[in-house]
Amino acid sequence: MKKAKQIQHMISKPFDLLSEELVFIILDLVAQNPSDLKSFSLTCKWFYQVEARHRRSLKPLRAEYLPRILTRYRNTADLDLSFCPRVTDYALSVVGCLSGPTLRSVDLSRSFSFSAAGLLRLAVKCVSLVEIDLSNATEMRDAAAAVVAEAKSLERLKLGRCKKLTDMGIGCIAVGCRKLKRVSLKWCVGVGDLGVGLLAVKCKDIRSLDLSYLPITGKCLHDVLKLQHLEELLLQGCFGVDDDSLKSLTHHCNSLKNLDASSCQNLTQRGLTSLLSGAGCLERLDLAHSSSVISLDFASSLNKVSSALQSIRLDGCAVTCDGLKAIGTLCISLREVSLSKCVTVTDEGLSCLVMKLKDLRKLDITCCRKLTGVSITQVASSCPLLVSLKMESCSLVSRDAFWLIGHKCRLLEELDFTDNEIDDEGLKSISSCRSLSSLKLGICLNITDRGLSYIGMGCSNLRELDLYRSVGITDVGISSIAQGCCHLETINISYCKDITDKSLVSLSKCSMLQTFESRGCPHITCQGLAAIAVRCKRLSKLDLKKCPFINDSGLLTLAHFSQGLKQISVSETGVTDVGLVSLANIGCLQNIAAVNTRGLSPSGVAAALVGCGGLRKVKLHASLRSLLPSSLINHMEARGCSFLWKDYNNHNNSNTLQAELDPKYWKV
Amino acid sequence: MEDEEEGEPNLHVFKASSSGKDNNNNNNGGQASVQGVKAQAWDPRTMLCNLSFMEQKIHELQGLVHLILGRNGQLQDEQQQLITADLTSIIIQLISTAGSLLPSVNMLSTTAPGSALFPFPREANNLASQTLNNGGASQELEDDAEEGENLPPGSYEIKQLEKEEILAPHTNFCTICGKGFKRDANLRMHMRGHGDQYKTPAALAKPPTKETLPGSDAPMLIKRYSCPFPGCKRNKDHKRFQPLKTILCVKNHYKRTHCDKSFTCSRCHTKKFSVIADLKTHEKHCGQNKWLCSCGTTFSRKDKLFGHIALFQGHTPAIPLEDTKPSAAASSQRGSSGCGNSNNNAAMVSFSLGSAANANQETSQPCVMDGKTSFEESFSPLSFDICNFGGFPRSIFDDSFQMLISSACGCSPINGGVGSVSDTSL
Repeated sequence: MKKAKQIQHMISKPFDLLSEELVFIILDLVAQNPSDLKSFSLTCKWFYQVEARHRRSLKPLRAEYLPRILTRYRNTADLDLSFCPRVTDYALSVVGCLSGPTLRSVDLSRSFSFSAAGLLRLAVKCVSLVEIDLSNATEMRDAAAAVVAEAKSLERLKLGRCKKLTDMGIGCIAVGCRKLKRVSLKWCVGVGDLGVGLLAVKCKDIRSLDLSYLPITGKCLHDVLKLQHLEELLLQGCFGVDDDSLKSLTHHCNSLKNLDASSCQNLTQRGLTSLLSGAGCLERLDLAHSSSVISLDFASSLNKVSSALQSIRLDGCAVTCDGLKAIGTLCISLREVSLSKCVTVTDEGLSCLVMKLKDLRKLDITCCRKLTGVSITQVASSCPLLVSLKMESCSLVSRDAFWLIGHKCRLLEELDFTDNEIDDEGLKSISSCRSLSSLKLGICLNITDRGLSYIGMGCSNLRELDLYRSVGITDVGISSIAQGCCHLETINISYCKDITDKSLVSLSKCSMLQTFESRGCPHITCQGLAAIAVRCKRLSKLDLKKCPFINDSGLLTLAHFSQGLKQISVSETGVTDVGLVSLANIGCLQNIAAVNTRGLSPSGVAAALVGCGGLRKVKLHASLRSLLPSSLINHMEARGCSFLWKDYNNHNNSNTLQAELDPKYWKV
Repeated sequence: MEDEEEGEPNLHVFKASSSGKDNNNNNNGGQASVQGVKAQAWDPRTMLCNLSFMEQKIHELQGLVHLILGRNGQLQDEQQQLITADLTSIIIQLISTAGSLLPSVNMLSTTAPGSALFPFPREANNLASQTLNNGGASQELEDDAEEGENLPPGSYEIKQLEKEEILAPHTNFCTICGKGFKRDANLRMHMRGHGDQYKTPAALAKPPTKETLPGSDAPMLIKRYSCPFPGCKRNKDHKRFQPLKTILCVKNHYKRTHCDKSFTCSRCHTKKFSVIADLKTHEKHCGQNKWLCSCGTTFSRKDKLFGHIALFQGHTPAIPLEDTKPSAAASSQRGSSGCGNSNNNAAMVSFSLGSAANANQETSQPCVMDGKTSFEESFSPLSFDICNFGGFPRSIFDDSFQMLISSACGCSPINGGVGSVSDTSL
C-alpha cells in the first residue's frame, strides 16, 4: 500500500527522478529557441526554479527590471545591457550586489548615464569580472578609468570611442588590470604613445590590441611589439605611424597572427617592411586604403611573411598588374584575397594572382569594374575550393562565366552577384552548390522565376537571399524558394513590383525568417503581412516602406504576434495613429521609421513614443519636430532615444512610386 | 664532540682546491657535497656549517696559543708555522664563505678553482685590469650611459682633493692680509690695493697654466678627479671607478652626495638641496609639476611620470580633479585655491578612495580612514593638508545611494549603503 503510494508519488513528479545535471543538459538543448525556454519555465514552479538556476547569460530589455531579474537568475555570469540605454549608478550597484560573485562579463556599450561611482560598485563587488565593454561611453573620463582599474581580474576590456580618456586613465588601467588579454582602444583619440606604451609594459599577457584611429606614432609600437603573446594588432587609421618612427624597429613578434594597417596614410613600403620584419608567422594582413601603390617593390616587402600569410586585404588600393603577380607567386598559401574597390585591377592582374592560389577560399572583387569573363574564368578554373565570391558591380563579366563558376566551384557558400549580368542558366549552374547559404542577386535584371526555381530546388541551406530590384521575379519564383529553402532567415524583395500577398503567404512557411524587406512592393497588403506575422515567430526586422496598402490592421496583427520585432519601417504607408500606438505592445522594439506617413498626427506619434519603452532610434519627418512638445523630446532623449529628422518633401504619390519602380531609376 | 672525532686539524684541507674542501665537509659529518664555493646559490646551511668550522678552528688556535703562553712564551719555528698556516686557512675560509654570497664570484670560482684564493679580482686597486674587463665596461655603460666617457686607464692623471679643500668657501688667499677669494681673478683685483707692484699688466694677467707653458712638448696627461669619500663610485678605489672631470664637478658631487641638504625650497618647503644652484633651478619650476604619481612624486613632464610608473611596481598615475575643470587642475593644486571649491575636492577624494580598493565600503568608517590616508599620502607635497577631507567619501557614496534607493523603491533607508537593496526592493 505504502509502496504503491510512493510509486504514485513518483509518477506525479517524474522529474524528481532526474538529477539537476541531467535537466541542465536538457535545458542546454531547449535553450536554442528562447521561446521554448520561456514555455519551459512557465510549466510549473519546479521548472521555473530549475530554469532560473540554469541560465547564465542575460540580456534584459529594461534596466528597471534588473533587481527582479537578477534575484531570479542567481547564477548570472554574462550580463548584456545593450538593450538598456539608460543604466544608472543605482542599476550598476544593484548588479554588483545581486550578482557580484558570479558575474564574469558586462556589456555597457550601448548604455549611458552611469558614472565613476556606479562603475566602482561594479568593480569592487564583482570580484571575478573578466570582461567589460564600455564602448561609446563618450563622457567617460580618467576618473572612471581609474575606477575600472579596480577590477583586478579583468581580461577583456573594450573602450571604443571613449574620447575623453587620456593617457592618465589608460595608465591607471594598465597598472591595475595586469591580467588584460584583449584591449580595444579604438577611437580613444585622447590616448597617445605614453598610455599605450605603459599598457604594453605593464600588461604582459595582451593577446589582442586594437589601436585604431589613435594619435600614436611608431614610438609605442616598439613596446607593443615586445609583447610575448601578441596575436592581433589593429592599427587602422593611425596617421601618426610613419616610416621614420618605425625605422629602428627590431622585434621578433612571432606570435603575431593578425595585423591591420589599413588606412595608415603615412605608412609606405619602407615602414611596412620594418613592421613585418619580425612577424614571420603573420597570417592575416590588412592594407586596405593604403596610400602607396601595390607595385612589384611593395610586394617585396611581404617577403618575410609570405610563407604563412593566409589572408590579404588590399581594398581601395592602387594595385598594378606586376604587384598582383608578385603577390600571387610569393604568397602561395593565401586563402583570402580582398580587392574590393580596387578600380585599377585588370583581367591580367587578377589572372596572374589566382593562377597559383589553389587554396583560395574567399575572393572579394566588388566594384572591380574593369574585370571581364576572362579573369572570372581563370578564377573558376584555378580555385576549386572557393567558398565565398563577392563580385558586385562587375558588369562586364559575361553570362558564360557564371555558368563556369557554378560548374567548377561546388563548395561555394557565399555569392554576391549584385548588379551583374547573370541569367537563368547561370543560376541553374550555381544551384549545384549544395552548401550555398547566402545569395545576393540585387539588380540582376536578367533573372526570372525559372532561375529562382533552380535555386529553390538545389540550395536547401540558403539563409540569405537578396532580390533587390530584380524585377523579373514574381510570386512563382518566391514560392519555389519558400518551398525549397526552409532555413531562410533573411530575404529582400524590395522594388520587385510584381510581388503580391501570395509570395508572403508562401514565405510564411519559413519559420526561421528574421529579416523581411519588401520596400516599394505596391501590391502587398495586410493579409500577406498577417501570414508572416503569425507564422514567423523570429521576425525581428521589417521594412514596409512605400507599401501603400499596408495599414493599421497589419500593424495590429504584428503587435500581437511578432513579439521579437526590433526594427520596423512604416514610412509612406497607410498607417495611422492606431497602428503606431499598437506597436507599443512589442517590448523589444528599438527602431521605428515613420516618415511621410500621412495618417499620423503629432499626438499619435507622441503616444507611440511614450508607449515604446525601449526605443533607441526614431526617424520622423522634420515638421514633427516643432509639433511635438519639446519636453517629450527631452524625455525621450533622456531615456536613450535618438531622433533623426528627415526633411525631404512629401513624395507619397503614385507618380514618384511608379518612377522608383523603374529599375534604372536609382542610377539616375 | 666533533673536535675529538676530528683530531688533528687537517691543514691541507683549505689549500684552495675545492675538492679538498669536499673532503673536509665529508669529515664534518657528511653534510652533503654541495658546499663552499661550489654552491651555485647561497645556502644558509652551508654557510652555518662553514661558520661553525671556523669557530672550531679558532678555538683550536686559541688552545695552541695558550699552550705556548704556558711555556713562557717561547715560540718555536714549528709552532710559528703551524699558527700561520691555521690563520691562513681561517682567512681563506672566511673569504670564500663571504664570496659565496656574490653570484658573480660563484661563477668565477666554479669555472676556475684557483680563484677561490682571491674571490674579488675586480676589487684589485688595479685600474688596468678593471677597465680591460669587458664585463665591467659594459655594465658601466648600462648604468650611466649618458656619461659616455670611457678613458683607457693610465691615459689620465688622478687627483684627489681632501674634504676640507672641497668644502672650503675660498680657494685663493691673499698672501698679505689673508683674505680669501673664490676666484683667482678676484684675488688679483684685491692685490692691487696692496701696492703698485701688483698693478703691472704682468701681475694682473692670468697666470699661465701648465698646458700653455712653453717647452712642455710631451703631451700632457688629462687630469681627472677622484672623490675622497671611501666607497663612493667616484672614489678611485671603487671597482667601477668613474672619474670626475673638473674641480667644480668634484665640489658639486661631494656636496650633493655626501653632505647634508641644508637649503630648503621656500615655495614647497619640502624639497631640499645641498647646492644653491640646484635650489634656484628648482624654485624656478616649483609648483609647475602637474603630473602626479600615486606615491606622491610630482613631475613636470608627462613622459617622465610614465617612465617612473613603468619602472616601479604598484605606482599608478593619480588623476587630478579634471572631471569638473580640466584646465583649472594645475592651478587649484597650488594649495591656496584648492581649499576653495569643495565640490572638486570631493570628486578627487572619490578617486583616491577608488584606488584604496576597499571591498566593503558599506562598513563606512575604516574605508573612510583608508581613503583619507591614501589621499594625504599622495597629495601632501602640494600642501593640501589644510583641508579636511575626512567626511567626503561617506557623503558621496553612502548618502547618495541611500537617496537613490529610497527614491527608487519608496522605502526609507535602513542601514545605508547598497547592502540594503536586496531587502528593500525585492
